[in-house]
This record gives sequence, C-alpha cells and structure tokens, in this order.
Amino acid sequence: MDNIPSTEPVEFMLNVGPQHPATHGVLRLLIDVDGERISQVETHIGYLHRGTEKLCEGETFSQIISLFDRLDYVANFNMEMSYVMAVEKILGLDVPIRAEYIRVVTCELNRIASHLLFYGTLGLDIGAMTPVMYAFREREALQAYFESVSGARMMHNFFRVGGVKEDLPEGFLESLQSYLPKLKQAVQECDQLLTLNDIFLERTKGVGILEKVDAVDFAVSGPNLRASGVEHDIRRTEPYSIYPNLKFSIPTGTNGDSWDRYWVRMQEIQESIFIIEQCIDQIEPGPISGRTRTVIRPPKGEAYVRTESPRGDFGVYLVTEENKEQPYRIKMRSPSFCSLMALETMLQGEYLADAVTILGTLDFIMGEVDR
Amino acid sequence: MNGNEGAEDQKEQRREEALARGAERRRQREGATAKEYPPSPLIQSIVKTLRHLSVDTEQIMDEVIVRTDPESLIETCKLLRETAELEFTYLRCLSAVDYVENIEVVYHLSSLEHPHKTVVKTQVPTESAELPSVVPIWRGADWHEREVHDLFGMAFTNHPNMSPLLLFDGFEGFPLRKSYKIPEQKEGLGG
Amino acid sequence: MSTLLITITQVSILLAFIMVMVLILTYLERKVLARIQMRMGPMRTGPYGILQSLADMMKLLAKEDIRPHGSDRMLFYLAPLFVFVPSFLIWITIPFTRNIVVENLELGLFYIVAVSTVSIVGMVLAGWASGGKYSILGSARSAAQLISYELPLVFVIAGVGILAQSFNLITIVNQQSSIPAIVYQPLGFTIFFVAGLAEVGRIPFDIPHAESEVVGGPFVEYSGIRWSIFFLAEYANTLAIATLSVLLFLGGWSGPLTEHFEWLQPIWLILKVSAILFLIFWIRATLPRFRIDQLMQFAWKILLPLSFVYIMVNATVPFVETVITSNAASNQLTGIAQIILGACQILILFLVAFAISKRRKKYLTHLHQGVPA
Repeated sequence: MDNIPSTEPVEFMLNVGPQHPATHGVLRLLIDVDGERISQVETHIGYLHRGTEKLCEGETFSQIISLFDRLDYVANFNMEMSYVMAVEKILGLDVPIRAEYIRVVTCELNRIASHLLFYGTLGLDIGAMTPVMYAFREREALQAYFESVSGARMMHNFFRVGGVKEDLPEGFLESLQSYLPKLKQAVQECDQLLTLNDIFLERTKGVGILEKVDAVDFAVSGPNLRASGVEHDIRRTEPYSIYPNLKFSIPTGTNGDSWDRYWVRMQEIQESIFIIEQCIDQIEPGPISGRTRTVIRPPKGEAYVRTESPRGDFGVYLVTEENKEQPYRIKMRSPSFCSLMALETMLQGEYLADAVTILGTLDFIMGEVDR
Repeated sequence: MNGNEGAEDQKEQRREEALARGAERRRQREGATAKEYPPSPLIQSIVKTLRHLSVDTEQIMDEVIVRTDPESLIETCKLLRETAELEFTYLRCLSAVDYVENIEVVYHLSSLEHPHKTVVKTQVPTESAELPSVVPIWRGADWHEREVHDLFGMAFTNHPNMSPLLLFDGFEGFPLRKSYKIPEQKEGLGG
Repeated sequence: MSTLLITITQVSILLAFIMVMVLILTYLERKVLARIQMRMGPMRTGPYGILQSLADMMKLLAKEDIRPHGSDRMLFYLAPLFVFVPSFLIWITIPFTRNIVVENLELGLFYIVAVSTVSIVGMVLAGWASGGKYSILGSARSAAQLISYELPLVFVIAGVGILAQSFNLITIVNQQSSIPAIVYQPLGFTIFFVAGLAEVGRIPFDIPHAESEVVGGPFVEYSGIRWSIFFLAEYANTLAIATLSVLLFLGGWSGPLTEHFEWLQPIWLILKVSAILFLIFWIRATLPRFRIDQLMQFAWKILLPLSFVYIMVNATVPFVETVITSNAASNQLTGIAQIILGACQILILFLVAFAISKRRKKYLTHLHQGVPA
C-alpha cells in the first residue's frame, strides 16, 4: 500500500522574480502555490536600492533634483515637484505664477504618460499585444513634448527651487492645444480596445479586491485607494500649487478590484487632459523663476510636503541645518512602497494568473519602492 | 593652551554668526521671508485628548507637532487614532532622523475623515535604539519600521517580522546614521 | 522498392513544404500584427523584410544548444520530436486538391484526431524533463487544456462524419462542391474553430505558455534548434487547423470556375486558408488571454454541451429526412433539410450570443454605478 501516491494537495514554492516579465522590474515574490491557487506570498524588495536618501545628504540642494528624477522613472516631473516644493516651503519662497502653471502642465502630461504606460503593460500582462502599441504611440508624442520643454525625454532635471529651468519653447502651448483632441481620441480608442472586452472583464472583475479598510490601514494612496472607494486626492484635500484654481473631478471605484483600479486610471487621463486645457487657457506671460541663489542655504527647519504623483501620495520629508549646502536628512514616502505592502493580503487565495493582473493594476515602479 | 582654545572658539562663533546674518540678509533680499501660517484649531483637541500623557504640542509652520517620550508613544498613537474628533487612521510616513546622540522617529499622520494632519515625534538614545512597534495600530507601519531598522539600526519590539528589507542579508552597519563611513571603493573592475 | 522511394520523396517534399509554409506564416503573422498595431513589422532583411524568417531560422540553428542542469537528458532531447512528429504526420492525409495528397486514407479524419493527441505527451515530457517549476506548471496546464478541447473537436468531427457518411477528406470536400458546409453548419464551424484555436494554444488560449505568467511554459528551458522544433510544430498545427476548417466547412478547393480550370483548385484553397489564418492573427491582435479556470469552464460548460447539441441536430435532421422521404440510398442532404439544419444551428448560436450579451449587460450596469456624479 506504500507505493500508492498520496492524493493530499501538494504545495510547492514558486520563485517569481526578481527577473520575471510580470514583476515590472526587480520585485521578488515567493509564492506558495497549491495547484494554480496561491496560498501564501512573501514579498522581497530592495534589489534596486541605491541609497538615494544617503546620497542626498552629500549633494547640494540643486543637485538633488536630478536624483529625484530617478525615483519614479516614468513620472519624473511629479517627483521633482515634491522636492522643490519642500525646499521652497523651508525657504518660505513664493513661486511665480507662470512657473506654477508650467509645473502643473508638465506634471499632468507626465501623469498621462505614466497612466498610458500602465495601460500598455497591463495589456501585455494579460496577453493582449495591441494596447501597448497604441499606448506607446501617444507616449512617444508626449515624450517629444517633454524633450522640447526640458531637453530630455526622461530624466528631465527641469524644476528649480523657486521656479523652473527655462520658459516653455515657442509655440509649445499652441502645439499642445492642437494635440490634445488627438490624444483624447487616442485614449478613447484605447478604452474601446480593452475596457469592456469580455475576456478582460472576466479577468479583472472581482479579482484582487482591496477592501477599503485594508487600503486605509496600509496607507495605500492614489488611484489604488480611490478604486477602493475612498475619495482622496491630495490635489483636492490639501491643494498645492495652482490646483485650487482648476476644476477636475476625482474618479472613484466601488469594489476595489483590478478592473476598478484600471478604470480609475483611464478616467484620470481624461481629467488630466481637462486640467491641461484649463491651464492653457489661464496661463499668462511672466517670470518663470524667483531670484534664487545657485547655492541654496536654507534656515534650520523641516518640512513634509506631499503631492499627488501618478501612483499616489508622494511625500518628501526634508530636514535642514542652518547654513548648510546639503540637507540633513531627506526621506521619500513613496506610494508604490505602501501599495506593495498590501500585496501579500491581496494575493492570498487568488489564482496564479491573477497575480499578474493584480501586480499590473497596482502599478508600482520599483525605482520608487527601493529608492 | 586653554586661552588659545577659547579664542579659537570665539572666532568660530563670530564666523558662524556672520554667516547666519549674511544668510538672513540674502533671504530678505530674495523676498523669501518666513511665511505666516494661521494657528491650527487642531492643537486644542490634541492637547485635550493627550492631557494625561507627558507630551509637548506645538505648531511649526502649518504642522502640529506632538513630541512624546518612548514610554507613552503607543498610548499617544492609540488615542490619536481612536478619538472620535481626531481619527488619524492614515499613517502617511514613518521616518527617522539621526541627531548623533539621539535618533528621532517621526510619524506623519493624517485623517481621511477630517481635513487635518499631525506629526508625532519621539527620541531615543542611539546606544539603546529601541521603540515599541506601532504595527498593531497601523498595519502600514510594517515595512516602514523594517526600513528604519535596516538603515538606522532601530529595534522595534513587538514587530511581527524584523528581517532586512532594503539591504541584503549580512550587510554591516547602519547606512543612514551619521557615523556610518562609506567603504572605500577601488577604481575599475573588482572594486 | 520503387514504392518506398516514391513515399520517401513524397514525405521529404511534404516536410520541405511545411517548413517553407511555416517560414512564410511567421513572416505574414508579424506583418499582419504590425499593420494592426500601426507598425511596419520586419523591414530590414530583404525588401519589405521578407527574409526575416530565414534570418531568424539561421540564428536559431546557430545558437548554442543548452540543457539545464538537473534535467532528464534523454527525455529533454526526445520531447521536441514527440511534439513535432504528430504535427507533421497529420499532413500526410490532408489533400491539397482532388488529386494531390500523400496518402488518401479512408478514415482520414479519424487518423488526424488519433495522431494529433500524441503531441500532449511531448508537451508533458518537455515540462517534466526540463526540471523547472515554471515548465512543470506550464505542461500541467497544457495537458489539461489539450485534453479538454480534444473532446469538442472530436465531437464536431464526428458530426461532420455523420452528415457526410464518410471520414475521407476528399469525399467530404467533394460533397461541398455546390454549397460550402458552413452555410448549413455554422455551429459546427464555430465550435471547430474555437476548439482548434485552443488545441494549437493561440491567444486567447495561450495559457500553457503565457509569457507573463509561466514565462514560456513547457518550453522555458529550451533554446536554439530544439526550441525552433517546438515553434515549427506550433505553426504546422496552426496551419493544419486552418486547412482542416477550410476542408471541413468552407468547401476546400471548390470554388467558381474550378470545374473548368483544374489549376484554380489550390489557389482557392490557399485563399480560403489565408482568410482563416488572417482571422487567427486578428484574434491574436485583439484579445487578451483567459485564465486557466475560465478556460476549463468554457470547455466543459459551454463548448462540450454545444457540441453535444450539434451532434444531436446533425444526427436528427438527416434521420427525419430519410424517414419522411424513405430515401435511404442517398447520402446527400436535400436542400430543405440543409435549410432546416442551418436554421437550427443559427438559432443555437443566437441563443449563446444572447446569453453572453446578457452577462455583459450585468457588467455594464455595474459600470454606471461606479461613475461619480
């Protein structure tokens, strides 16, 4: 009787990552699977830890901007935004209104670019090839705009303490204005391709539900939190920059499942386009930078500034010393870090194939998680 | 010898004062003056809630800062989270700052129900860096505490899993402490 | 002796033909996908990149043959053959015109079903012999999928056999010389096409080797020439499914003017097969993939019952017809019977579509609840 194979369920441990197409970078998951069901998950991060916080302590305030570009490397403008706002808060500096508009326009464009990337890679994750091509066509156009503004397609290093590096190039706003309707149409095309696809609905509806309580407890933020039904957007709850002057709505989901997270992001693209249109109408000529020294020596103090990055609540905690060119301590509070914390709870009991959609819809960037 | 040192000290002090005055003048010239923030109404309710605990509450810029000692940290956090008019359910950020003798752990809290925010700070001596964990209060503190443990060598008691998060197993030292020396690296391959 | 020589020549020609077809097929697939995705596709190798597949093949042949540590040596080397040989053997009995066929078997369809099942063994062997967890997972998925979709496929073939009263492919095609079978067997074609897609593991059924989940499934450890054998088998299978669906339902080589010009027959076949292949590529460009449990539910809860219904309808209508007209000798359906059969099948298809749209509506109402005011 001994040689009859056991019919007890056999679990085996699957090592997903750090090199795996679904982990979008260098995330490592140790998944215990029972057949195709996930019974337990252990998340390992730190494969992209570059010690940015330590590096910042040795750089001057203006050099640090380029380090922030490398945190969330698909939303560079948004990263710079938080940092320069933190320094300005300690300095008590006012930013010229035109500079604020330029910042908001670039940040919102970057949010669209980031969400388009999310859309494309989610398509790839669930096996649809075409979305990524549609999304990247528009993303290329947006990056051409970034290049015309900052001279770089990705690591822009464009914002400065007290303003921005340069004024917008000639004809930028007109060109953007004529491009936005095309972008809107392209986003609609993307929407038609995936949003109500029957297989896509089957794959994402009711999958990877992040309960409201869990989301708040883990301090999940941004679209992931809003998909769980919490109407919380830093641009609305703690308005910064010129957001009080702008009209926009906050899309929220109801179930907190993968489809809601996807849908919230697609709606946010529309809202961002709306915001940019208003900015183009309101922007006026003027100075783009206050009179700031090249060597910044802020007074002793500390500031915690949060902005709404495409991935959520991105905070910078800055502690300075009197008359020092370098900060005493910088801590970046990254939204992806907190989203990943909720992963272990979300994955339990789901199918292995759904792990891919859940990872995709959480939309984390490892550069920001590991810093 | 002694007098000489005193003279050096004085010189150093004068230099620093001059630098500070210069910086102040520069800031005024650049139009960067300290902004006035309205006093926050939150301060009263926090003081009322925490009156039986040894805490200091003050407002710096627009932040309400609650300074507490490590013993009453858990009590403070619990009250901040559970009191009806405060409801700080959302732990935004947990970070640490190394002030050489002390390590300060900073909790940035906010509430989704009310439009207010606060900062809880506590200091422990660097030699015996140990704090109770707030994971039972906010589950989201989990990885933040592991990160602080990695980078500052702070031990959090009652934490469910205090394994390294960002650094690899067997990493020596606590990189974000000011006393940490970055190891020399050789140029070229194999460094 | 001479018959053996002839057979060997025929088989070699067939092998070369399949290889060339696979090369063309991969090139066409990349071009079609590229056009759908607003890209150019391969453009650098030769005019319009037509030599791309050749270049890819050369690269694969020149690659180092790697066998992972801890794999089963013999099985690892055997597995590609287990997958490729059945997919090649299918072609022996597939006719290209009324006269061009390697071996016109009387039970041709039966032979195809029997032989193609063997490739499951190859898949499982490949996964097992690689000794990796992803490959094991992929081969388990692949075995489950192929076995589930074999059933509806076999049932449809049985249904076709009932109507044609033959398993010979040439006879089946000859019976469709006036009207292609899809007109009165739309349900059969649908089931056959869907199950066929699943059999060859193409999107939306490419779960066994889903890149983002099990990173290539059973083939994850294979590289170079051994991987290209799997690749060859997959595309030979795709081509076989497309050709079979043309032969069984689209009238094969019959078309206008074929009665007068014999040489038009292969052209009509190629055109029809290309149309089916284009449909397969189009689906690949449009749809995401299913999840393994949804795939199984689809096979066992939708496709299999449908194929039962199909076989029942196919058996009942001719039976009733023979009873009414008491004409047992003819094995051809009369026009009225064909119309009734077609109407029945269209009705069933419509009911299925209705059920799916109702399900979709449920999602849509949910969507509107989610919209903020």
